[in-house]
Amino acid sequence: METVEKELKTYVVETFLFGQGGDELQRDDSLLEQGIVDSTGVLEIVAFLEEKWGISVEDEELVPENFDSLASLTAFVKKKQPTEAS
Amino acid sequence: MPAFSEAVLDLDLDAEISRITGALRTGVRRFKKRGIVVGISGGIDSSVVGALAVAAVGKANVFGLLMPERDSSSETTPLGHSLIGHFGIDHAEEDLTPTLEALGCYRRRDDAIRRAIPDYGEGWKSKIVLPSVVDTAQLRFFSVVAENPAGETIKARLDLPAYLGVVAATNFKQRCRAMLEYYHADRLNYVVAGTPNLLEYDQGFFVKNGDGAADLKPIAHLYKTQVYRMAVALGLPEDICSRPPTTDTYSLPQSQEEFYFSLPYDKMDLCIYARDHGVTAAEAAPVVGIPADAVERVYKDIDSKRRVAVYLDSPPLGVADLTGPPAAKAKRP
Repeated sequence: METVEKELKTYVVETFLFGQGGDELQRDDSLLEQGIVDSTGVLEIVAFLEEKWGISVEDEELVPENFDSLASLTAFVKKKQPTEAS
Repeated sequence: MPAFSEAVLDLDLDAEISRITGALRTGVRRFKKRGIVVGISGGIDSSVVGALAVAAVGKANVFGLLMPERDSSSETTPLGHSLIGHFGIDHAEEDLTPTLEALGCYRRRDDAIRRAIPDYGEGWKSKIVLPSVVDTAQLRFFSVVAENPAGETIKARLDLPAYLGVVAATNFKQRCRAMLEYYHADRLNYVVAGTPNLLEYDQGFFVKNGDGAADLKPIAHLYKTQVYRMAVALGLPEDICSRPPTTDTYSLPQSQEEFYFSLPYDKMDLCIYARDHGVTAAEAAPVVGIPADAVERVYKDIDSKRRVAVYLDSPPLGVADLTGPPAAKAKRP
């Protein structure tokens, strides 16, 4: 697993699942539809991305395609930080 | 099944009024209480609940409570008094402003807003708003819209601490109202009637232990469209029957759809009905009057809000089952 995705998974599992159930969480699972995060949780993820990778998330980027799974989050971070977040 | 249309919300209003007033009497007797307290906001829901309470137990056994505060609309108190006069019920007016000031409601809210708009302060007004579900696929995050004393408007997205801070502070308002409702209910040996309609109850548009706290919720099974029709059937004043819904919580005028719902209430009612009755987005779109892809987004937003509403309406969870007999769930028409 790539570093960014690994760090995102660790964050999601530690923050929203209290460290439990990480084995079952797949990279394409919908975090919203599985009830792992709600819109408040996505705001927490936004704050994490901004702090961890110095990313600034614009309003128009706040769409499910960027925030709904570990895979989409990883792609979004890499798109925003193509050099640092490899 | 008949084709989906606006007619799905048609209701035999006389029969429904009879059913609700009967249920209110049964409820009051079940709790061994002597009457009903209703918080009167001047909005359609509390007006209808007040009228139903009077029809159920008689005006001598209904107590109306007006609870304006600094940010209430200038219409709130006059409309409330007009309704009290219309019902002919005993009442009290409790100005919440000093209590909310003492709790730091306004100060805490303004501190949270300053995270997004550092200049926000004395003489400014504000509200929080969501992006439109119809126009964009954007996830729904709140922004604060603030107007400075010069009349200029500034909009800024709220980060997590700011959003939570604004909501937590403003929730003092609904929780103080519940506290006062129960004060009067306790001294009179009455129950408290809650005023959520189906749209609000289903979608979690209420504050836990605030306006969500009530002993009876007589219109929680009625779509907002039906509540408006019932207001007319109950003979409520025209200015109440035609008043658009507002939140009456923030200092700038705020519609319910910019604060919470995806659409105006009549369209939202249709979408919730359609969502619950297996109507596809393509079938619903021409009736609701928005494109099918927008209906799909509304459906997702409905589901998302229902997940939040589970927490808001949940009794405390024990390790053992604490709930006793299953809570009676509102039956929809």
